[in-house]
Amino acid sequence: MFAVCALGLLTACASPEPQELVADPYEPLNRKVHGLSKGLDTSLIRPAAVTYGTVVPNPVRMGISNVADNLTLPSEALNGLLQGDGELALNSSFRFVINSTFGLAGLLDPASKMGLSNMDTDFGETLHVWGFKEGAYLEVPLMGPSTERDLTGKAIDAVINPVTLVAPLTFTAARRSLNVADRLDTRYRYDETISSTLYESADSYAQAKLLYIQNRRFELGQGAEGADESEIYFDPYEDPYAE
Amino acid sequence: MLNNSITRRNVLFGASALTFVSALPAVALTEAGATKLINSVIGQINSVIASGQSEAAMIKQFENIFVRYSDVPTIARYTLGVAARSASASQLRSFTDAFTGYISRKYGKRFREFMGGRLEVQQTKAVKSFYEVKTLAYLPGSAPFDVTFLVSDKSGKDLFFNMFIEGVNLLLTEREEIGAMLDRRGGSIDSLIADLQRAG
Repeated sequence: MFAVCALGLLTACASPEPQELVADPYEPLNRKVHGLSKGLDTSLIRPAAVTYGTVVPNPVRMGISNVADNLTLPSEALNGLLQGDGELALNSSFRFVINSTFGLAGLLDPASKMGLSNMDTDFGETLHVWGFKEGAYLEVPLMGPSTERDLTGKAIDAVINPVTLVAPLTFTAARRSLNVADRLDTRYRYDETISSTLYESADSYAQAKLLYIQNRRFELGQGAEGADESEIYFDPYEDPYAE
Repeated sequence: MLNNSITRRNVLFGASALTFVSALPAVALTEAGATKLINSVIGQINSVIASGQSEAAMIKQFENIFVRYSDVPTIARYTLGVAARSASASQLRSFTDAFTGYISRKYGKRFREFMGGRLEVQQTKAVKSFYEVKTLAYLPGSAPFDVTFLVSDKSGKDLFFNMFIEGVNLLLTEREEIGAMLDRRGGSIDSLIADLQRAG
């Protein structure tokens, strides 16, 4: 059902109730997915990440993640163009050229040392720039926290990725493995943050949702949906009992 | 006539009150004051990170920094939300104590991740009645990330009352968590306090 919402009816979809950070009409389903993802993390993902992190030395893991990141740059350059953001498009293009050559196919990141730091973008951000609303909160199997807009963005990114379009299928399979390794490295690197949120919170679903939404809006340079700075920068001294 | 004199007295009183208020900014929070406070906070945090002490010692140090430089009673009461209204004064005090320990353990534990890193103040600006102090956290092997402090003098002292890490708001995040802990205890503040003494 939310797939329908996600694919085109973004503006018509849920907007948050007052007092609510993000609309969550699918909460019962989201909570089920969250529970399953948590189980998968406990039984498979975290142990695999810890093994990967302990067995493979840090510089090697960083190199692998760099290669994976480097292959997302053409897609980021494209999204920069679609957003009408020349700086972003050029930054991603130059990073790709420099790191693919001098950086030995992306293993190293000399571009950052030259002042071209990673700017990171995706089609979800493009949709935001185009004026699409965030939509409802979603927990997606194997992907984790998202929103209707971000999930739509992911789907479109997968289709329009220039690397996928020009490279043979075998290459895409190799790239998938790189992405899996990159995600295991992230899971290992941020283990304390992720594990404490998942396993030590009174309500890990609510915490994961809050962390994702706040951080995502921050990345998009945006306050609360449709609100100004004053809602994030509330003053607890004005009404210490504020709800 | 009478009305007029009362009005005049009110005006006079108002005027003297204004004089009093306008005399205050000499001691009130300034941009420089807010920056100075956060520089002290991050100076202390940087030295804890650099010290490489045991986890227990780091938690203790973090608690000292938290108590000295932040408005703990306001933060605690905010995270308790509506329940703060029905709490007694002594419950609020015990909650604030338990909350202080909980926050110190929860965030003090994480200092190990910051080893080899440092925070640097970037800029300070006035927002509403308080100041926003933006800092950057530099960690080895990752891109610098944004840590923002909000500083106010409404408690009578220059103290920070909220903190954002890459957009994630401490007050909001902890109010959600404390709310969930309270719900789990059927709204009993005393049980929540007992839980908090162990949590984090």
